[in-house]
Amino acid sequence: MPIPMDEKDNCGKLPSFEELRELAARKNIQAGADIDLNMPEGWLNQYSLSPMFFTTRAYFIFTIAAGMVVAWAIALWGYQIVKGMGVTGLRHPIFWGIYIASFVFWVGLSHSGTIVSSLLRLTRAHWRRPILRGAEAMTVFALMVAALFPLIHMGRVWRAYYMFPLFSQRELWPNFKSPLVWDMMAISVYLVSSVTFLYVGLLPDIALARDMCPQFDWRKKYLTVLALGWRGSHRQWMAHERASTLLAVFILLIAPSVHTIVSWDFAMSITPGWHTTIFGPYFVVGAIYSGVAGVIALMILFRWIFKLDEIIRLVHIRNLAKLELAMAIIWSYFYFVEFITTWYGHKPAEWRIWEYQWERFPHLMVIMLGGTAVAIAALSFNRVRNSPLWLFIITMLINVGMYIERYLILVPVLTHRDNPYMWTDYLPSIVEKSIVAGSFAFFFLLYAVFSKLLPVVTVADIREGKFISGDLRIGNTYVRVHADAEEQS
Amino acid sequence: MRVESFNYSHDNSHKWGMVIDLDRCNGCGACVMACQAENNVPVVGEDVARQKRTMAWLRVERYFEGEWPNLRVVFLPMPCQHCANAPCESVCPVFATYHNPEGLNAQVYNRCIGVRFCGNNCPYGVRKFNWFDYKLEQPLEQQLNPDVTVRQRGIMEKCTFCMQRIRRGKDHAKDEGRSVMDGEVTPACAQTCPTNAIVFGDLNDPKSRVAALAASKRRFRLFEDLGTEPSVIYLKGGA
Repeated sequence: MPIPMDEKDNCGKLPSFEELRELAARKNIQAGADIDLNMPEGWLNQYSLSPMFFTTRAYFIFTIAAGMVVAWAIALWGYQIVKGMGVTGLRHPIFWGIYIASFVFWVGLSHSGTIVSSLLRLTRAHWRRPILRGAEAMTVFALMVAALFPLIHMGRVWRAYYMFPLFSQRELWPNFKSPLVWDMMAISVYLVSSVTFLYVGLLPDIALARDMCPQFDWRKKYLTVLALGWRGSHRQWMAHERASTLLAVFILLIAPSVHTIVSWDFAMSITPGWHTTIFGPYFVVGAIYSGVAGVIALMILFRWIFKLDEIIRLVHIRNLAKLELAMAIIWSYFYFVEFITTWYGHKPAEWRIWEYQWERFPHLMVIMLGGTAVAIAALSFNRVRNSPLWLFIITMLINVGMYIERYLILVPVLTHRDNPYMWTDYLPSIVEKSIVAGSFAFFFLLYAVFSKLLPVVTVADIREGKFISGDLRIGNTYVRVHADAEEQS
Repeated sequence: MRVESFNYSHDNSHKWGMVIDLDRCNGCGACVMACQAENNVPVVGEDVARQKRTMAWLRVERYFEGEWPNLRVVFLPMPCQHCANAPCESVCPVFATYHNPEGLNAQVYNRCIGVRFCGNNCPYGVRKFNWFDYKLEQPLEQQLNPDVTVRQRGIMEKCTFCMQRIRRGKDHAKDEGRSVMDGEVTPACAQTCPTNAIVFGDLNDPKSRVAALAASKRRFRLFEDLGTEPSVIYLKGGA
């Protein structure tokens, strides 16, 4: 689908953001409906690219606050490197703390972005279009943050390259038997393929931004390079379509394997409480559960910060909420299965961990399990699924619960291992807490910078949807129908 | 892994093992002190010790049997168990810990990057992590054992069965053109134990004292159900 010529006329004269908003308000689109099919092409382009060219006050406040937290966390990381790992709350034999819990959390959060995106692409769910970019970018940035944590956690981070299979005079390779080496490789593969997936999706939008960019704007140069000479020819679109589909299949295959391998960091050990076969699928489900919640929360933030409520409509958030409801139920089932087998078997070393969880962290258990129960109950109602505010609160609650879940997988197990003589307690220190807070800020900072440099809305995909969709009148109501190019041929 | 490429030992027929007689142990802690002095284990000070970050490679665990006043204290010295199927070895991403041909579970300090998975996977909790740098005041650093590496902060370390003493014993034996004799190699803890509760030697040598004791009816090993096959054998239940 070539980009129509009328965009060329828009070069160099962008309407102000207020004008765009007014235009949108005048259209008075019914709340809850999908994207308006009759919106003019030029308006759609400019409105979608507006986050790049117009900056709201909320954006500034957000970015500066995030930057300050990141700076504080970096300073504390430096302090930890200079002083030693003793500045954390870790001790013998609690060797892994909230750094690893955060690592699992961020890898989990990264999971949904590309899974949702590729799954919806492959199943031709047409409502997917506006949320694709946000979800895919979430994967990439969450994974970047996640990859930092093993480094932060390392005793000698300046020797981290020992993990890589490099040639050395010792003729020594990494230990391929170690789950940590599998993990490093899985994360690298996932990061590279997610970045590729994001970039392939970005290509037409980068080209659009390049064409719409005023002549002497500083963005023009790198957009021209990144667009790789995209002209929107038929051949380019065909290749783009093929690459997107292939990558979607590939990512759908590797994503579950990546989180399974993350779970094997625990499950492959002989530590009671970790050494269980359900960890693989349980972690994958938990990852998608927290990830979809992350996508929903981000979409709502997007609407608020970038004022994109004409593009990211309620219908998209509502559909994601339905997916989230399913994931909440599946996750609860897996949690139940893990509990019931331990309870029934009642092996002392394993059962002690569950007992200890309730004795030591009853509040955390209540937030995690209660949060999921509340989420299942609330998401069952259409009224909640239609309310961005309620969805934001619930998805935040879910992600707090899922962070707690990772904490409870790590800490009670490590504090109560086989040998009762070593039983002890662990509380994260201020350094650990600050660095974890910094990781959240860093994630938002990456997102904020991304939204200024590259298009955050999938313009090309939305326009493709617009091109192949129409409203069909059935009885008294209009139903959105899609003509599928492949199915017709 | 080609450990043989060092071409250090002329015979790898040994399987070093340790027998600890719990009926003889009176919990004096001399073994802990000896280990600390022999292996340049840092003294961490009161505050860090209270944080459970002591560096001692060998600890004496204390258990109480019965209720006060009919109380009996049981002491259990816990060095690295040098498992034949060591859970710590397979999980190390950089081969910092590996199995040497003599049954020792060795640790290469300079290879370690401090991911601490080995410590998590050790059911005995004998692996120690360097949380801080510990500097010795002048002239105390003169007492450091020149045969043992001083470890950097941020790595794992653990009992080596006094690897340096084993090597010295094997060197002597090689110079005299014979095999290591029983009793020729003694780790610091066994040497210091006033009640002779700790016996060290070659389990492959049927005439050795340790092999004879290991065949005792009183023998048991810790967490045998885990299948780690420790080289440390405990004796209990006799007297």
